[in-house]
Amino acid sequence: MKITFAPEEILQTIEMVAHEHLDIRTITMGISLLDCVGGIAEMEKKIYDKIARKAERLVDVGARLESQYGIPIIHKRVAVTPVGMISSHLDPEGLVRLAKVLDRAAENVGVNFIGGYSALVQKGMTLGDQKLIEQIPQALAETERVCSSVNIGSTKAGINMDAVLQMGRVILAAAQRTADRDGIAAAKLVVFCNAPEDNPFMAGAFHGPGEPECVINVGVSGPGVVANVVKKHPEADFGELVNLIKRTAFKITRMGELIAQSASEELDIPFGIVDLSLAPTPAIGDSVADILEAMGLERCGTHGTTAALALLNDAVKKGGAMASSHVGGLSGAFIPVSEDAGMVRAVEDGALTLDKLEAMTCVCSVGLDMIAVPGDVSAETLAAIIADEAAIGMINKKTTAVRLIPAIGKKAGERVEFGGLLGGAPVMPLHPFSSAQFVRRGGRIPAPITSLSN
Amino acid sequence: MEERKNRVIVTVLGKDQIGIIAWVSNRLAGFNVNILDISQTILQDFFTMIMIVDLNPAQIDAGDLTKTLAEEGRQRGLQVNVQHEDVFAYMHRI
Repeated sequence: MKITFAPEEILQTIEMVAHEHLDIRTITMGISLLDCVGGIAEMEKKIYDKIARKAERLVDVGARLESQYGIPIIHKRVAVTPVGMISSHLDPEGLVRLAKVLDRAAENVGVNFIGGYSALVQKGMTLGDQKLIEQIPQALAETERVCSSVNIGSTKAGINMDAVLQMGRVILAAAQRTADRDGIAAAKLVVFCNAPEDNPFMAGAFHGPGEPECVINVGVSGPGVVANVVKKHPEADFGELVNLIKRTAFKITRMGELIAQSASEELDIPFGIVDLSLAPTPAIGDSVADILEAMGLERCGTHGTTAALALLNDAVKKGGAMASSHVGGLSGAFIPVSEDAGMVRAVEDGALTLDKLEAMTCVCSVGLDMIAVPGDVSAETLAAIIADEAAIGMINKKTTAVRLIPAIGKKAGERVEFGGLLGGAPVMPLHPFSSAQFVRRGGRIPAPITSLSN
Repeated sequence: MEERKNRVIVTVLGKDQIGIIAWVSNRLAGFNVNILDISQTILQDFFTMIMIVDLNPAQIDAGDLTKTLAEEGRQRGLQVNVQHEDVFAYMHRI
């Protein structure tokens, strides 16, 4: 048995892990809760038991694969059926109890986040969706691990503006309930347009209605690896630059494919997808902004940033698509502010504004993510920001999302700290002019002409 | 059923010194790990040793082997990595 790998190849892999933050960001197990309906006490027991049964070995298997392959696997997580689909018959207290049982079930199996306290309301709300959305602020404030998402629009259905306005109020209420913790509840709440049903990344993961009983989805990461390869080739023209990124994305995604296949085999649960996203962390050198700056921008957010991001996002997909048998989820570069040290610096230097971030969301996944806004923001202004993002997603047939954190009691320029992977960020200013009359009109923005594709 | 392949690649990086291979092969023999191939080069002024070993007959799993060799390597000023060969096959071969 000869060694068939060149020393350079082996060293490159080691370098990626040791110095460039290559990791598998998450193994997320999707679990259907459709068979857990009943009275509230019965539901609590069924949900807790099912998650315990399905995800019992998730953390152990993750740890074993990590040591076997020598690749860090940062998170093991669980996503469940949108709770709004199974809660029509419950009272408000029952909805909060469901959130708490999800929290306990997550703690029991050792995962740090559980997603799926969710509702899909792009066309309208069922009774269950309505009750769930009303309880989101309390549910998120009184649990630690539960993540919530609400899909308020899609290319096929248009934008449910009543839901948009309500989500503006819900985000504000969630932040107010956790004002003493810099509004952390709002950091666990995502408002989507065109939400993917198989996204493994939190806070937006849920187990969509088109998914099987149970599934393994894997999210890869690796902004640091891409940044380094870009830095090493300052003279490369765009064709060459794109090829370098594609090759790197291929290698990163192969690791995701390997871990996903192995996890699926060991857990005896079908493999769903690999999500080839560039997901930054607050660690220095693990930043998407760094990649854009390495391409030749003095600061992320300056003129040229949207083009650089478009190029990056497309190259990652092209490189990654061939590396995995099934690609899905969000699959693109993430541009959260608080979770990316380079983005934070760009905001602090005045290079990156909310309007520029909005433009950037047209060419990447996902949207306005982990952005702190002044605490005196109105629900109507939040709703208008959501509407803008949803419009971008709806028209461009892509996922967009909004995760804004109203920093209660703080003004633009002050800082919020969430700690850990959520990071910290400066509070960004908003436009002072009102959008209230617009967002209060009510009803739905019709689906665009591009939805008529049959 | 075909026996599952359990080959891992052990890499040792660091400043050249006497007895590196003796130390690693001695430890591996102690755990009943079979060495299949060794290559040794000086790359960018660094001693680089790459070994492919079979863990099937071994009395240690990849995780514990990593911990043991990485810790003892650190005391010698060497960086030791242990990774399943599939990592390299997946990453570098289409």
